[in-house]
Amino acid sequence: MLNVQELKKSVLTAIWFMFLTFPIMVIKVNTINQTVEWHWLRMLYVGVGAFALSFVWRYLIKRKEAGTRKEVEEGEGRVLLTQRLLQEPRLFRPIVALLALFLLIFPFVFSMYQTNIMTTALIYVVVGLGLNIVVGLAGLLDLGYVAFYAVGAYSYALLNLHFGLGFWTVLPIGAGLAFICGIILGFPVLRLRGDYLAIVTLGFGEIIRLVLENWNAFSKGPSGIANIPRPGLFGLDLSLHQSHIYIYYLMIAMAIFTIFAVKRLQNSRIGRAWIALREDEIACQAMGIDKTRTKLSAFALGATWAGMGGVMFAAKTTFINPASFTIWESIIILCVVVLGGMGSIVGVACGAAILILLPEYLRAFSEYRMLIFGVVLVMMMVFRPGGFISEVRQTYEFKGLKPSKN
Amino acid sequence: MLKLDNIKTYYGNIQALKGVSLEISEGEIVTLIGANGAGKTTTLMSISGVVPPRSGEVLFEEKPIHRKAPNDIVALGICQVPEGRRIFPYLTVTENLDMGAFLRDDPAEVKADMEYTFELFPILAERRNQAGGTLSGGEQQMLAISRALMSRPRLLLLDEPSLGLAPLVVKRIFEIIRKINAESNTTIFLVEQNANLALKVAHRGYVMENGKITLTDTGANLLVNEDVKKAYLGI
Repeated sequence: MLNVQELKKSVLTAIWFMFLTFPIMVIKVNTINQTVEWHWLRMLYVGVGAFALSFVWRYLIKRKEAGTRKEVEEGEGRVLLTQRLLQEPRLFRPIVALLALFLLIFPFVFSMYQTNIMTTALIYVVVGLGLNIVVGLAGLLDLGYVAFYAVGAYSYALLNLHFGLGFWTVLPIGAGLAFICGIILGFPVLRLRGDYLAIVTLGFGEIIRLVLENWNAFSKGPSGIANIPRPGLFGLDLSLHQSHIYIYYLMIAMAIFTIFAVKRLQNSRIGRAWIALREDEIACQAMGIDKTRTKLSAFALGATWAGMGGVMFAAKTTFINPASFTIWESIIILCVVVLGGMGSIVGVACGAAILILLPEYLRAFSEYRMLIFGVVLVMMMVFRPGGFISEVRQTYEFKGLKPSKN
Repeated sequence: MLKLDNIKTYYGNIQALKGVSLEISEGEIVTLIGANGAGKTTTLMSISGVVPPRSGEVLFEEKPIHRKAPNDIVALGICQVPEGRRIFPYLTVTENLDMGAFLRDDPAEVKADMEYTFELFPILAERRNQAGGTLSGGEQQMLAISRALMSRPRLLLLDEPSLGLAPLVVKRIFEIIRKINAESNTTIFLVEQNANLALKVAHRGYVMENGKITLTDTGANLLVNEDVKKAYLGI
């Protein structure tokens, strides 16, 4: 491991970094005294830091390579720890039970602030699972997903403002409107794939945001809509604290419903069609899968969950404006899916929890949030390209089918 | 069984087929040979509806199918093994086969058919939990053919099954093609560059040049035809 070659490479990296950062780290112009200050010590820090980092990097890469080699040697016998956890019911069930218990008593143990953050994370779980249908299962890169989220949120806000409709009435309406928007977006992009699809969806997301921002008569423009009522509970009067807890439980119920529905979808006929579409479009057609319908259903069903999440979001924050639905939001949701593990339900849930909760708890480092975010993304793509918890497809055993020896 | 009547197919403004007519009867193996870019694959695509013809008619059992969507054509019993195999790389062998039976709704018989394909290609049974992408080229071709068989096609369209495979594997695959034709009475339309082998297997053959059929005869006759020999067999 620690041979001269490695050392030399790391030293070179360190020197290269020292050279690169020389102008910004070492030279400082003191504008008051009109002198140039030289901070040579900083250069040393950069050098040592780069050396250490490059060493760690090399070590990790080595380990990864050794790991894959071992995997190849051992064949199919080796499963990742996370996957083993998910497949072994003896381990899996207690974990789920513990998690459920934790989530159930959460609002009584922790403060309202904590509960609120958790609710946000749960919204992202739902929305992330929706995007997971489009990106993870059907393989269609959608960068404008937040548009459907906005459709849901605004449909609740506007329908409530103009017609006084309540949360429970709008929840299915918002989901339905998002579904229709999904189909509307789906039609023009049927022929597109990959980068082109990403760009068109990106444009679609921006169009929705710009419409909301500029069409004052319709959406009240950038000032947004305030005083959106929280969801009601059989006409009971809830205090602020109580209603937060109520929303939290609603969100848990919705997340469970989503997980259940997505799981069923994934293993259904249409789910298989999505997976086939992701893998090879031409083969898909040759198998008799209706490409148009499969793509549209992926877009529409994915959008439905964004719509529901949007309604929930509007009800939770009681105020929405177009600033909540920027491209950045789309990227976060996409990161939830990619980091968590494309196509994996548990993965997406973990991704949402990590991406939404960590920044809240690490407020002390908020200045470096983007930096950490970027580093984590790069590291993930190098070491765990499948995400935290990569997809485990349900496997079916055909009994009586034995490999015949000849 | 299948009749193409003066088919003209375009890619944008480029005409790939300049009036192709051919006929396939039930139970036959018919091959279409020709040089690169002659329009062989396009002919297949026109039949399967992926690239529909701009004019002319495709009749399957006397009914026109050239206006139908690809999935409806598969439902009629025409299944294509696309050029370059195109198996689903991240699905296992069984899952790949399962995708082939996508339009079917009879689990018991699907299972029986899967056993049949495993009998045809025992190597697939051994590798059934392996991802499709990790198979060798020959195994992938076997998987692609098996996958198409899973839809119980009455007409199987094979696009260059010998592409990029070792001669021994090619021979084996052609044996199986003949076996499928004989055992389950599946009509086979075979598009091939390997004219020698294809003509040996096929009952009848068509020769294609620049988007037109230039010659048709029985396989055996085409094998000894002077023009074919010179142009495609390299003798």
